[in-house]
Amino acid sequence: MTQKPKKHRSDTKMVPVPSHSIIPERDVDEIPVMETRHLGIEFGGLKAVDDFNLTIGKTEIAGLIGPNGAGKTTVFNLLTKVYEPTTGAVLINGQDLHGMSIVQASRLGIARTFQNIRLFDKMTVEENVRIGLHNQIRYDMFTGILRLPRYWKQEKRQHERAMELLDIFGMQDLADETAGSLPYGAQRRLEIVRALATDPKLLLLDEPAAGMNPHETEELMENIAKIRDQFQIAILLIEHDMSLVMGVCEGICVLNFGKVIAKGTADEIQANPAVIEAYLGKKKEG
Amino acid sequence: MTKAKRKRLIYNLVTFGLVIVAFIILENMISAKAISRSLKGQLVPICAWIIMAVSLNLVIGFSGELSLGHAGFMSIGAYTGAVVSGWLLSAFDMQDPLLRLVLAILAGGILAGIFGVLIGIPVLRLRGDYLAIVTLAFGEIIRNLVNVLYIGTANGKLHFAFLNKEKLPAGVTMLVDGAKGAVKIKPISTFEVGFVLILITLIVVLNLVNSRAGRAIQATRDNRIAAESMGVSVTKYKMMAFVTAAVLAGMAGALYGLNSSTVVPTQFTFNQSINVLVFVVLGGLGNVLGSIISATFLTILPEVLREFADYRMLVYAVVLILVMIFTNNPTTRAFVNRLASPAKKLVRKNRGETAGGGDVK
Amino acid sequence: MIFLDHLINGLSLGSIYAIIALGYTMVYGIAKMLNFAHGDVIMVGAYIAFCGLQYWGFPPVLAILVAMVACTILGITIEGLAYRPLRQAASLAVLITAIGVSYLLQNIALMIWGANPKSFPTTFINGSSIRLGQLNISTATIITILANVVIMVGLTLFTSKTKLGKAMRCVSEDRGAAELMGINVNRTISLTFAIGSALAAIAGILLCSSYPILQPTTGSMPGIKAFTAAVFGGIGSIPGAMLGGILLGVIEIFGKAYISTELGDAIVFAVLIIVLLVKPAGLLGKPMREKV
Repeated sequence: MTQKPKKHRSDTKMVPVPSHSIIPERDVDEIPVMETRHLGIEFGGLKAVDDFNLTIGKTEIAGLIGPNGAGKTTVFNLLTKVYEPTTGAVLINGQDLHGMSIVQASRLGIARTFQNIRLFDKMTVEENVRIGLHNQIRYDMFTGILRLPRYWKQEKRQHERAMELLDIFGMQDLADETAGSLPYGAQRRLEIVRALATDPKLLLLDEPAAGMNPHETEELMENIAKIRDQFQIAILLIEHDMSLVMGVCEGICVLNFGKVIAKGTADEIQANPAVIEAYLGKKKEG
Repeated sequence: MTKAKRKRLIYNLVTFGLVIVAFIILENMISAKAISRSLKGQLVPICAWIIMAVSLNLVIGFSGELSLGHAGFMSIGAYTGAVVSGWLLSAFDMQDPLLRLVLAILAGGILAGIFGVLIGIPVLRLRGDYLAIVTLAFGEIIRNLVNVLYIGTANGKLHFAFLNKEKLPAGVTMLVDGAKGAVKIKPISTFEVGFVLILITLIVVLNLVNSRAGRAIQATRDNRIAAESMGVSVTKYKMMAFVTAAVLAGMAGALYGLNSSTVVPTQFTFNQSINVLVFVVLGGLGNVLGSIISATFLTILPEVLREFADYRMLVYAVVLILVMIFTNNPTTRAFVNRLASPAKKLVRKNRGETAGGGDVK
Repeated sequence: MIFLDHLINGLSLGSIYAIIALGYTMVYGIAKMLNFAHGDVIMVGAYIAFCGLQYWGFPPVLAILVAMVACTILGITIEGLAYRPLRQAASLAVLITAIGVSYLLQNIALMIWGANPKSFPTTFINGSSIRLGQLNISTATIITILANVVIMVGLTLFTSKTKLGKAMRCVSEDRGAAELMGINVNRTISLTFAIGSALAAIAGILLCSSYPILQPTTGSMPGIKAFTAAVFGGIGSIPGAMLGGILLGVIEIFGKAYISTELGDAIVFAVLIIVLLVKPAGLLGKPMREKV
């Protein structure tokens, strides 16, 4: 069973954040948008994630990096309650996620994208975004079946909001396409739009640049910063493309064999011997 | 209006138009006595099977779960309908057949819906093959239970007995007599009520799938984890589809049961659930219009073509296998798409003309 | 004494379920699909053995062998023609196909052998019985239970000791990785169907020796119940199939004897539902985790 979270504040923090921070409200006195305390999970005796401590400020862009199989996606699955942790706790805006379902976690303001894209393939692009708006613009089943006035009003609002969100990546023209038929890069962008539609406080991006060319990656980088500024949310991303991570992330956390081996700014991470060893070691194997 | 919306509107108009036009033609044929006795006898069952197919399509095509116990809900509706109608007649001397029919159909739908909730709570926690096999199990359990159910009426009261007929007070008029089924039913179902019920089914299903709840149902089909991550409660929406389908199947059952003088448990076996599954698969998963056409066609065909009746189940089996392989194997799907693309182009070209009329096939 | 009688009947029926359940559990473990048609392969096996004994004058051993060979070929053919094209498809499509195959087999049998039930030759292995005190145990019961034990031990040895058996376990663990290791996945799945179907033939003969009414639907209900047994024991587990089968057989016989004959099937299915809700991985199964 899950161990009760300890009362004291985690000593390992990524906040205060590096000097190139431009957002003044990010500050140690605020309740962080997300905090994990001694988070860990075991699969059949193997500690996939162990003693994972991370704090993210309200409008911070943070990166989670590490070699393949380090447990990065497992961390995402723990944060979004796909897995129930065996030890430790996740706090969103100070609220413990213990015992919550994926849906409840989502309602608290966590949204994510998936490493292996999980769109609603048979539905249109616009409908995919509408699913993201599911809890934002609501009406009940009977209103829908009976086509009451509220149905038309809320449908219109959903459509307009969906189009606004699609505009972030200039995807309005694709609104009526089937999501499964989109090219790879567009599918990744649609996943981000869909996640944003849930009005999250924390956005988790799992390898958003995978399969993109350098030009697309650069565009994505700008968009990530733009999203943060526009929506005033925190973003945590997993990425293998170091130019993106180093370029956009204000704080970086490095994971290896389920354990945090380093935390800090891009410059600090690049100079960290443990990180270099983890990556060089990986090179030797490959 | 967006392209996708327009496409949907045309689809819905064609679906409703086809049903209404078919009804008007058939009504005229009936009043002109230009319809064969056997076809006339099939009209109410066809209505019932259309409702069964459309409602099962909601579960399989839209929520993506294979329910193999749909006939169980139909039997609940049929029995409830027979009991309620018999009871209303004996206890309240309600002579108006239309009123009795409507009340019986409502009761059938409600009871099937209650069972839908009770069965759905455990079933919908499961996934995929397990869910399918458990719905099958529930269908069989329902059949087993009604097989030993005895209901009689005396002095305006309903009396129930289970396993043991002797427990009923002496002198009751039997309404449900164990393995003999629901007996001495006064057939009161009419084609007109069947038609109205089809329209209600279409309104419920088509409006539901094009609404917030319906999109949530489809999202749980396409990707369960992603739907949950978007804050969509998968169990709630699977339940919504399952229970709605159960209510509709219960109403179809009452309509079907009150069309003949007896209803027996062997009418609602697993085979019957498979029949409806064939309608849905042949009509296309998620294609309501397809379900209507295939249910109609496959109900009439064995009546007009005796040879087909003998090989019906064999043909159904082959249909299931071939449709699944052709729509799901990457190689054959590409092949079918290539064959279909000229036809699609043609349709696209003609869309301007077809958009106006509702009665286009 | 009646209690013991029921217990032995339950063990015998349970042994048949266990042998059928093996076919389900192996195919589910390795091909990750519910082979709905497995029950009908049993029926085909029984019909072929019936023809061998009744029409062609085969000695019992030959009849059994012919039935096994025929079912093996049938199993491989079904897998190759109907299931292989759907290897990447959603489980919904595969299950609907399997239901189609099940109906196809039943209706072909209906065309060949007709709807009238055939009476399976009871003199075959059911001739004599053994008296043990006040108990009367038929030979069929003893052979059934023995066959079950032999098959179980044989299969356990096969999957743990032989190269092919280990390949089967690999494919069941991780199909992609097995392929990378040079294991021919398609051939391994075919082999699984072959073994399962050969066992189905044996199960069919044993079933009809104890319950000698043979008709095209003979296999479907025992098939579904045996799947229940496989789930009960933990799908994918060979000892689980044995345990689940025997328990289910005993529950069914006791349920029919002490609760209600008419509700026998309902009781079996109620067991399935309870097991899936309380312990979805079954008695001896491993819980599965969805990869996200």
